[in-house]
Amino acid sequence: MSTVTAPPTPKVELRAVRKNFGTTEVLRGIDLDVAAGEVAVVLGPSGSGKSTLLRTINHLEKVDGGSVRVDGSLVGYRRSGDKLHELREREILRQRTRIGFVFQNFHLFPHLTVLENITEAPVSALRRPRRAAEETARALLARVGLADRAEAYPKQLSGGQQQRVAIARALALEPGLLLFDEPTSALDPELVGEVLDVIRDLAAGGTTMIVVTHEIGFAREVADTVVFMDEGRIVERGTPAEVLDAPRHERTRAFLSKVL
Amino acid sequence: MSSAPLRFLDAAPHLRPPTAPTGPAPAGAGPAKTAPDAPVVVPARRTGQWAAAVAVLVLLGLGLTSVARNEAFQWDVVAHYFTSAAVLRGLGLTLWLTAAVMVLGFALGTLLAALRLSANPVLRAVSWGYVWFFRSTPILVQLLFWFNIGVLYPRVLGVSTVDLLGPVAVAVLGLTLHEAAYAAEVVRGGILSVDRGQIEAAQALGLGRTRRFTRIVLPQAMRAIVPPAGNMLIGTLKGTSIVSVIAVQDLLYSTQLVYHRTYEVIPLLLVATLWYVAVTSVLSVGQHHLEKRYARGTGTAR
Repeated sequence: MSTVTAPPTPKVELRAVRKNFGTTEVLRGIDLDVAAGEVAVVLGPSGSGKSTLLRTINHLEKVDGGSVRVDGSLVGYRRSGDKLHELREREILRQRTRIGFVFQNFHLFPHLTVLENITEAPVSALRRPRRAAEETARALLARVGLADRAEAYPKQLSGGQQQRVAIARALALEPGLLLFDEPTSALDPELVGEVLDVIRDLAAGGTTMIVVTHEIGFAREVADTVVFMDEGRIVERGTPAEVLDAPRHERTRAFLSKVL
Repeated sequence: MSSAPLRFLDAAPHLRPPTAPTGPAPAGAGPAKTAPDAPVVVPARRTGQWAAAVAVLVLLGLGLTSVARNEAFQWDVVAHYFTSAAVLRGLGLTLWLTAAVMVLGFALGTLLAALRLSANPVLRAVSWGYVWFFRSTPILVQLLFWFNIGVLYPRVLGVSTVDLLGPVAVAVLGLTLHEAAYAAEVVRGGILSVDRGQIEAAQALGLGRTRRFTRIVLPQAMRAIVPPAGNMLIGTLKGTSIVSVIAVQDLLYSTQLVYHRTYEVIPLLLVATLWYVAVTSVLSVGQHHLEKRYARGTGTAR
């Protein structure tokens, strides 16, 4: 694996990550470093393992081999000798509060207002005072352009607005790392832009993020690194110019010729 | 304005037949402001519906008059006992027995549902077995069994079982264990109706197990739980009348005690009937409001 100018401790460090669903190997040994402040965009055909890869990073998916580190510490496990012991749920939950995750289908809580959706985790997981959490939430809503929708219920918002709320909800924990799992795939085409604008802003603000997406144009514009996956392996990685304009691998070329 | 059979809106006026003989609307009486050439829409006549409604109302009227006129109903006796102390005591017992069985039954049922959905195969099997067993036998048989439990275990913790479990305690115990089996399925169904992604989202946000259940899963599950639970509540209210077989003085048994003495069977059964109807109606209204509350954030609410 050739890595681009990695600082001493990468923000995210995957080593030989393997994952099976039954007899299907979904991840077949993934090595990936993402530096602090880096925006990595993961591309690849459906079923290539990109979403699963993303989900191993906050331990929504347990790995069957290899290791995942964020900020230098193992996610979901504790090492003793040559064994990795899975942590207690409480400890895993604490690790997750430092990793924001945005889902393809938003998964906002439909019975809570927009404001309650955003304040829930800071108040109950981080024990922030409610008043302070609400202030932060309103600031975040303003940042994603929804300052006036704090009291609305998710169903009353468009898909694009819901996804922006979901991003604000992830940001409310002030995570050092944001993971996006196809954030625009469930949106009507005319709503994709508003969500990408928000992600673009965050990227410009220096947030470390890993984005699984099919938006090649967005990858070209925002990514520091483009990772191309196929059949559970990273086929190639490099700058957008390298991977998107001069792909070295046949499979990357085939994929790009279909989507571009 | 013509009421010609509806054609294309842009049909040229001169192609339409002149005023049709069946048209009920006189010229000029049609709805205002449509395009000048647009034909008027006339709904089909519903003669059959009207006839059926009249027929049903007449039959209903006849039935009600016969009930009111038939001396054998003895409405004066009904009125006399309706608020008598014995009946009200019986009603009181029926109400608190229903409440106790619902609360305890759903508490145990929720626990059983949690066991059934747990990752532990032993707990899952035990929960399944419980539901299987208590749903497999009639409540009457279970109640008689608990009533006679003293035969199997004459003493429990040094106390005589018969003293420990009086008829009322047997009623609470028997009905609760039976109720829990059904409640477990209702709660389990509610929990399963919540999208798996909701739990993942809560996990990704670092919410603890208890908080996920009480704040995210349960409120959403309630939407699916309330209607069948309301059904069960009404069923339980009426079902408690079964405890009259073990001589617990509920609403039904209280009226039975009276008519065993006075032989006024029908009017006293009417007293019980009217009370059951009254309480059930109040509960239905309560259910409606509860459903509205848990519909927050879904579609049309607010």
